[in-house]
Formats: sequence, C-alpha cells, structure tokens
Amino acid sequence: MASKIKKPVLASKGRKKNRMNWGLFLLAIPGLFFLVGYYYIPLFGLIIPFKKMDVAKGIFRSDWCGFDNFKFFFQSPDVWTVTRNTIGLNVLFIVITLTVSVLVALGLYEMSKKKVKLFQTCFFVPYFISWVVASYIVYALLSPDLGVIPNILEKLGMSVPNFYNEPKYWTAILILSYIWKHVGYNALIFYATLVGMDSALHEAAAIDGASKFQRIKYICLPYLMPIIVLMGVLMIGKIFYADFGMFYFLPRNSGTLYPVTDVIDTYVFRMLRVMGNIGMSSAVGLYQSAVGFILVLITNMIVKKRNEDYALF
Amino acid sequence: MIQSRKEKIASNIITLIFIILALFCVVPIFYILAASLSDEITLSREGYSLLPRGFSLEAFRFVLESPKAILNAYAVTIFVTIVGTVVSLLFTAMFAYVIARKDFSLSRIFSFMVFFSMLFNGGLVPTYIMMTQYYNVKDTVLALIIPYIIMPWHVFLMKGFLADIPVSLIEAAKIDGASEIKTFFKIVLPITKPALATVGLFIAFTYWNDWYQSMLYIDKALLNSLQFYLYRIMNNIQYLSSSMMAGNISIDTSSMPSETARMVLCVLAAGPMLVIFPFFQKYFVKGLTVGAVKG
Repeated sequence: MASKIKKPVLASKGRKKNRMNWGLFLLAIPGLFFLVGYYYIPLFGLIIPFKKMDVAKGIFRSDWCGFDNFKFFFQSPDVWTVTRNTIGLNVLFIVITLTVSVLVALGLYEMSKKKVKLFQTCFFVPYFISWVVASYIVYALLSPDLGVIPNILEKLGMSVPNFYNEPKYWTAILILSYIWKHVGYNALIFYATLVGMDSALHEAAAIDGASKFQRIKYICLPYLMPIIVLMGVLMIGKIFYADFGMFYFLPRNSGTLYPVTDVIDTYVFRMLRVMGNIGMSSAVGLYQSAVGFILVLITNMIVKKRNEDYALF
Repeated sequence: MIQSRKEKIASNIITLIFIILALFCVVPIFYILAASLSDEITLSREGYSLLPRGFSLEAFRFVLESPKAILNAYAVTIFVTIVGTVVSLLFTAMFAYVIARKDFSLSRIFSFMVFFSMLFNGGLVPTYIMMTQYYNVKDTVLALIIPYIIMPWHVFLMKGFLADIPVSLIEAAKIDGASEIKTFFKIVLPITKPALATVGLFIAFTYWNDWYQSMLYIDKALLNSLQFYLYRIMNNIQYLSSSMMAGNISIDTSSMPSETARMVLCVLAAGPMLVIFPFFQKYFVKGLTVGAVKG
C-alpha cells in the first residue's frame, strides 16, 4: 500500500493535540452519558456475588458473604456441562463462521457486481430474522409429525428420529443455525475490507504472472488478516457468553436436550427468573466476564508476539 | 482479463456453491410463508411444505379479525424502533465523530472506554439490578430503549467510516468560523450517509427484533413488543386466544387455526425488516468499514 498517496484524513497520526476542545466534548456528552450509565455504573454490581443480596437493603448495604456464591455454583454438577457446552460450541462457531465468511468474501470479490448484489441479499436475509422466528422455522423443518425433514426421511423409508428428544443431533443443528444467521454479516465485513484494497496491487501481481490462487494467498489474505484477528479476538472475548436467544428458543426448552444445549446464559437466566437466586447468578456473571477478559488478554499477547501490527492493544 | 479454462471451471463451481448456500439461507423462510397461507387441517395432516397446503387465508383472517393485542404489540415495537433508532443513531454518530478526531485530547480515552465495554461488563444481574432498583425503568418503555442507545460495535463501525473524512474539510469549516457542533451537523453528517444508512438499519433491526429486554423488564401486557408477544404464544397458544378474547370476541379454541396462526404472526413480525433492508443494501459495503480499534 506504499504506492498509495494518502490524503490526510481525520484518523491520520501525528496531528498536533489542541487544548481541550469543548465543542467536541459537548458532542460526546450524550454518548458518554449512556456509555457510562449502561456499561460502567453496573460494574459496581460486581460486588454482588460477594454479598448476601437483600433487595430491600440494596447492593451496598447487604451483608458480605465471601465466596459462598461461587462455592455453590462450582459445586453444582451442572457447572461442568454448561461450561463445556458454552466453550465447545463457541469455539466451533468462531472457527467455522470465520472460515466460511472469509471464503464467501473471497468468492464475492471475484464475482461481477450483479452477482454480488444477488448473493449478498440472499446471505443477509437470515440476519434480519429474530431467533424467535427462527425457532419456528427450525420447528417447521424438524417437528416430529409435520416437519419437512422427518417427512423426507419417511418417504425415503428411513427411521424418523424425534429431533427434540435426541441430543446427538443438536450440535450440528446449532452450528448450521449459527452459520445460517451470521455468515452474511461477517462475510460482508470482510468483503467491504477487500473492496477497499488498492487495485494497483492486483494489476502489478497480474503483470508478474501471479495466478488467481496466488493473488488470493499473497495479497487478499494478508490484507484481511488484521480484520480477521480483530473479529476473532472479539469473539474470543465473548467465548463464555452464549447467544442466549438461540439456545433459549431453538431447542424449545426441551429438558432432554439440556446435556447438549444448556449454556451458561440459559443456566443463569433460569437461576434468576425461575429460582430467583441472585447471588449465584451474579457469581456466574462475574466468572463469565473475568475469564473472557483474561482470554482476550492472552490472545492479544500471543498475536502481539507473532505480529505487532495485528495486536488490538 | 483473459480467463484460463481451469479458472473458468473453478469460477463455475464457486457460483454453484454460492447458489446452494443462497438457497440454504432463503428457502427455510418460505416454509413459514407457505404455512401461513395454508389451511390448518390440511397442514396438520400433511405437514409443512414449500407451497401452501390447501391455500387459505383463514389464519390471516383469524389473526387480523380481533387484532387488538397484535396492533398494540406493533405499536410498541414501532414506537421503540423509531425513537430508539433516531436517538441511538444520532448519539452514536456524535460520539464516533469525537473519537475519530485524533486532534481531540480525550479521543484515545473515550475510544478505549468503548472498546473496554465490549470486553468486560457487569453481566446480567448487576445490569438488571441497576435498571430496576436505581434507574427505576422497570415496566416502562425506557427499559426497551436505553440498552441499545450506545452499542460499542456500532460506534466502531461509524468511527471506521468517519476516520476517512479529509481533514481539509473540517479545517475549511473552521476557517469559515463554524463551531464544532455546526461543523458536525452541517458538514460531517451529510457526507456520512452510507454509514448512517447502514448503522441505522442495524440499530433499527436490533430494536425491532428485541424480545430480551421485554423478557427482563416488562411485565405489563400493554408494553409487550411484537417479538415478545410471539415468544409468549410459542409454547402457549392459549395466550393467543386469551389475548384475543380481550377484544370481546369469544373463540372456540378447538377450531382455532393455531399452527397456521403462529406462522402468520411470524410473517407479520419478520416481514417489515425483510422488505426494508434491500433498499439500504447499496450503502452496506461503504458503510461497513471497521475502523482501527487501537487509539
């Protein structure tokens, strides 16, 4: 990209800092207000897991109880299952979604504008479907008597499983649903990055006789790398959080599927709304945040060691 | 560019794979649409299919006959979506512009604050307690709007676009004596259209499809959002009939088109977003530039 002559833009480095610019500060105030109010002030609530929470007394005046809430959670037999499901499925989601999205973006980049538009529309449709509606779609496909897939299996003379009672199918169902919903969006982010690439690079490579495959490998992929790393690290930071809507709605809260589909978020939600256990659910919340954050720090450190430029901070 | 034979075959294969992937994305939705136009009895005998089973508008008629609860849910969702999107888009753009201005002494700190909130947060319980005990927004429409006003990821999308505005433009405005606020509204915003359209659509989508905040904070039936209403009737079709009864029409539950009526509600809930988004699509590629997270 050295060939590109850059006009100075807002983000250019080395611009001299002015004294406090009150006009800009004024513009930032509304955003700052909601950012602090919704994301930062609740951080005080991180002491809740160490308290014997009494709603009447409020957060700060409730009595301390040490690590009791954590003990309770880590001793329950479910902790291993929900942690394994959450991390295991998220790792699969991250790897598969990133791979498929990058491949789709590279494919789009080689296509004509007209085709791109058509495919982009199709891939994007599921992104705008909520998990509630998606759960009806999955139900239409899988329901034991009326579902599309059981009907096909029946016509083929195969035995028809009741998908809502068979945990073994759900890892695949969840992965397919996740890809279905997210590939369009992620692919477009990568595609938008590729479009921003300087075409002179490709022309030069073509003159030097590089094949399409070589150009993808040596020009496109390195160009995408920083964004892939960014998306990857952000997803790793959320590895302890599951997409609640998906896990809550798709399996239709079927108890027999819990061994495969129950994740930390659905577990916390049941704790809180069904059993009203504030202490324990907040302990799990802190566990999610803290471990996720540590994972991001570690990933960033590894990335930084391999290539300084790709690190997030 | 001249394509070799090999490359041509490869590109045909890729197109084929893309067609399959496109069908995988789109076809499932048609099952819902077909079911909503089906006859209840035929559907319950033959199952779901791509074409309506015994074409019938009965389910639509049933749902729209006594539409009080549905209209109410629509009203809540439309109000929240419009107000939320306008406020959120404006505040997001303002904040993103400020952190994109490298000459602003606090831009790095503000930028880090957005980034950090993506990585670390209080979690469900502390947020829930703050919202209900301290901000007192439980069972108000504010509970549906506040959570999505500043979404860190959207700030970064917006910043990615704004960071590429030429400095000379801002400086010219300054020389003409325009204040920062005037510069932002008169010069920056008008040229930010692709990002505003893209991020605005994603914000609208977030509000429109939200059921989570309703589930957490809303107990009043009057404030049910569309998606939440759909969720309520998912396992309990009685909820549909009871909320219909509120419209003073008694319904014989046994003859109710329950399966198809649910699908009608799905179509009504998902339809508007699917109709709107293609119009915004031309802005997507320009508007979806992820900026540098680092400082």
